Amino acid sequence: MKLQRQGLLVAGVAAGALALSACGSDNTTTPSGGGGTSSNAAGITCADGQLSAVGSSAQKTAYTAWIAEYEKACGGASINYDPQGSGNGRTQFVQKQVPLAGSDSALKEQQKTDADTRCAPGKAVDLPTVLTPIAIVYNLQGVDKLTLTPTLIGKIFDNKITKWNDPAIVAANSGVTLPDKSITSIHRSSDSGTTDNLTKFLAAQDPAAWPYEPAPAWPAKGGQGASNSAAMVQGVKGADGAIGYVDNPDAVKNTLEAAAIDTGSGAVEINKDSVGKAIAKAELTDNAGDLVFKIKYDLKEPGAYPAILATYQITCTQGLPAEQAKLVKSFLAYQISDAGQAKLPEIGYVPLPVELQSKVKSSIDSLSGA
Amino acid sequence: MTTLERPAPTAPPRATLSGQKLPLYALPLLVVGVVVVTLLLFALTGFAGAAGFVVVTGLLYTAAQTALSFWVEGRRQAVDRLCTTLVYLAFLLAVLPLVLITWYTVRQGIGVLSREFLTTSMFRVDPEQPGGGIYHAIVGTLIQSLLATAIAAPLGILAAIYLVEYGGRRPFARAVSFFVDVMTGVPSIVAGLFVFTTWILILGFQKSGFAGSLALFILMLPIVIRSTEEMLKLVPADLREASYALGVPKWRTILKIVLPTALAGIVTGVMLGVARIAGETAPLLLLVGLNQKVEYNPFAGRIDQNPQASLPTLIYEQFGIAVGNTEAPAFQRAWGAALVLIIIIGLLNATARLIARFARVRG
Amino acid sequence: MSDQPTPGTSTTPDVPGGSDVSGAAVRPGDRVFRGISFAAGATVLVTMAAIAAFLIYKSIPALRANTVNFLTFQQWFPDKQPSMFGIGALLYFTLVTSLLAMVMAVPVAIGIALYITYYAPRRASQSLGYFVDLLAAVPSIVYGLWGFAFLARNMTGLTLWLDKWFGWTVIFNYQPTNEPNNLSPFTAGVVLAIMILPIISSISREVFRQVPRDQVEAALALGATRWEMIRTAVLPFGRAGVTSASILGVGRALGETLAVTLVLSSVYEVNLHVTESGGVTFASNIALKYGEAGEIGTGALIASGLCLFIITLAVNFTAGLIIRRQRVA
Repeated sequence: MKLQRQGLLVAGVAAGALALSACGSDNTTTPSGGGGTSSNAAGITCADGQLSAVGSSAQKTAYTAWIAEYEKACGGASINYDPQGSGNGRTQFVQKQVPLAGSDSALKEQQKTDADTRCAPGKAVDLPTVLTPIAIVYNLQGVDKLTLTPTLIGKIFDNKITKWNDPAIVAANSGVTLPDKSITSIHRSSDSGTTDNLTKFLAAQDPAAWPYEPAPAWPAKGGQGASNSAAMVQGVKGADGAIGYVDNPDAVKNTLEAAAIDTGSGAVEINKDSVGKAIAKAELTDNAGDLVFKIKYDLKEPGAYPAILATYQITCTQGLPAEQAKLVKSFLAYQISDAGQAKLPEIGYVPLPVELQSKVKSSIDSLSGA
Repeated sequence: MTTLERPAPTAPPRATLSGQKLPLYALPLLVVGVVVVTLLLFALTGFAGAAGFVVVTGLLYTAAQTALSFWVEGRRQAVDRLCTTLVYLAFLLAVLPLVLITWYTVRQGIGVLSREFLTTSMFRVDPEQPGGGIYHAIVGTLIQSLLATAIAAPLGILAAIYLVEYGGRRPFARAVSFFVDVMTGVPSIVAGLFVFTTWILILGFQKSGFAGSLALFILMLPIVIRSTEEMLKLVPADLREASYALGVPKWRTILKIVLPTALAGIVTGVMLGVARIAGETAPLLLLVGLNQKVEYNPFAGRIDQNPQASLPTLIYEQFGIAVGNTEAPAFQRAWGAALVLIIIIGLLNATARLIARFARVRG
Repeated sequence: MSDQPTPGTSTTPDVPGGSDVSGAAVRPGDRVFRGISFAAGATVLVTMAAIAAFLIYKSIPALRANTVNFLTFQQWFPDKQPSMFGIGALLYFTLVTSLLAMVMAVPVAIGIALYITYYAPRRASQSLGYFVDLLAAVPSIVYGLWGFAFLARNMTGLTLWLDKWFGWTVIFNYQPTNEPNNLSPFTAGVVLAIMILPIISSISREVFRQVPRDQVEAALALGATRWEMIRTAVLPFGRAGVTSASILGVGRALGETLAVTLVLSSVYEVNLHVTESGGVTFASNIALKYGEAGEIGTGALIASGLCLFIITLAVNFTAGLIIRRQRVA
């Protein structure tokens, strides 16, 4: 009797398992481009296989768009991007966990040496493919145009200026009535490349207003902490009088108001030109295909928006397993192509200037895709 | 209220086993009275807020009821009524967050549930657009949780058996018991880091569903051991004695008598463990990562194969994509997945209890 | 008491199973089974030893590089030059949130367990128990999001009320002038309490259910009210089990990562006012910093994990002393 019961039980569980496995699957519609190495309408040279990349969350929106396009065109490819953070990306790349990492800062010193060892017989290269402006977002009822100087931004986020109608802010915003409200400044509690680059910008523009060393970890005391971009967005949206900072794509997604930055020659908003002007002044070091920007954060040129970050795709010139190398090269080639770069503006990023694009293209072409 | 009678004092007063009881209509009348008083109080002092009103009413009612009962029925009855009210209150305090959270999750997530949502994956689906499903994550979570349970449950139950039946006061057993408690305090992210360093970096395996299961196993084990231990201790000694008296060897007694008697409680403990790990995010992010395709093999590595997905990591990923935009399809998807996860754990729970009832030793 | 010595057993009188009734040689089946269960118990020790070794080994380089007092320094900048990090704030907030969670959860959990076993209608108790256990089915990320998006937003009334009437207790004092956002240790404590409630209550429930019927009936027969019966027959019987369950709950609260990370607005400064926003625990610190941590940074985070490990040891040791005193008494 007991055996019968037990048998029934086992049969039931097995049936359930079978039913479960039969009842769902991947989306089976085949894309128009087909698999293999065929080309297609977008001009992508496809490759097959599975690719996992880890890295900066600043470029995750770009990757989501790129992956969607690439997979649509190339049926045999499956790409995953895990936005665990630039530091994580670089570490896991060096540990051979992933063949491609996204990082808001290039490989440096010891890590560069370790990465080169990882890529033997080739080297590790940093390839910038996307520029992300940092938006200073705010929520202030009745004010839809706000201009802030880097000094003001530094003092606000350092909690030295605590009211919206502080004379310094009023002086920068002629014609705008600012309410008598306290400022709630929100920062990222989790370390991030965005914080790193923003603090670099603030420290370079006015070290008196921002006396801290730039780092991915927020250095100032006070203010409210947000555990990630989503919490930052909700924090700013949810409090009248709040101010924070996000990657521009996140601001665009949520239609948040971003302040214009005045570095001394008038208010500058985020757009392709202002960011283009800033990146044009950046120093590009080309080290046998390894392309690293030194962004001029203290730039005070009229019409330029220097609060930006460049995200690098870190990979090996050689030393990756053949199938992976092919897929990485093909995917990066798509990123830097006109089609790939054209996808960026509508989601809030800025494509690379044309001269830089060709430099990166030739670097990617020299990756051993075999 | 004026119809209460007090017994006419006789001399000498004798202790009786029965006393006056509050008439049945007293309590409802009391409730009405308290509500009126609270309304007056709020009107006078300008307090506001529904929550505040409920709290004040509750407090006043408890105080009034206790006082009234004390006056009419005596101290012991008053204390009894007070404790009854407190216990009911405790239960309501548990139901309240459950209702709030469930309602919130259902409200956010019910819109996206559909047949497509439950049976397709996110492979080649643009997460910024509506569409796609979480089937790959459901498969991953079920398999990873079952794998972790398959290791943790037998190991945990055996360890608990050791502690209760063989170990007793011995130093080894005391050490094991102590460290089981310490194990519950290991944060999930530390368990993840530990497995990452040993399984992946040192032993050289790849990130996979199985690596995630290992971390989940560490989190689940102490819960299983501790609750099984408590259940085994509650099995009356005379059951065991009767079995020994019949000449049954100890190991058979444990397997055939003690375990089945404690089975319902043990199943509860295992289910608590499963519930704990099925929703764990941090170690899975570290050890498995994100994936969009369906994969039934938990050993599929991340580097050269397609690894598994899981519901908690999918929820985390979709919230990340939505970045606080409550209209985004990714936001809806995340809440839909959260709702599905809760339902799955609830179903697993119910199934396990049914099985336990099935296999129980009667009498 | 179920672990009293039973007549007829020989060498280990405190083991309910006894060792061998007849005193004859232990049978091979017994030996094998005993060996297997011993090995299972040993697995726990081996795993814990491995985790401890891992924690110690990885933290030493970072601790050496640290230039300030690890125990009292409140900020966390391990990757700066010079490296400066300390667990002052982490220790405070971890203990405060877990303590708040315990204070709120344990009485309620006992109340629920009593309700289900002795107050609710017999037939309903099964489904009521299942209902409460559903709280355990909610994943921690949902708790975190609910706490952040719903609870914190609706706690303002409570925060101000506590400040008004209980501000004199210092901990409920609320000083900032702007609207509270309630991403505070108090809110985190409430969320943690809800999370650990099902663990404590379901084990307590099983324990209360197993009180010998004759003791319950004896109390009632002597004319005890229901509460007196519970007080004299049920609670003493269940004390050890409930304490055990509470320790499981504390462990969970100490180590909870994601929910606390999402609810607490991280601020690395010890603050006695628990309703003011800000705070960071060991686990949430690791979650926040892990993504960008360098070599020293990762080592520092693991050092904080080691501290949590030691704290859990201390908490359990103290609790063990309490239980032992209860068993003797």
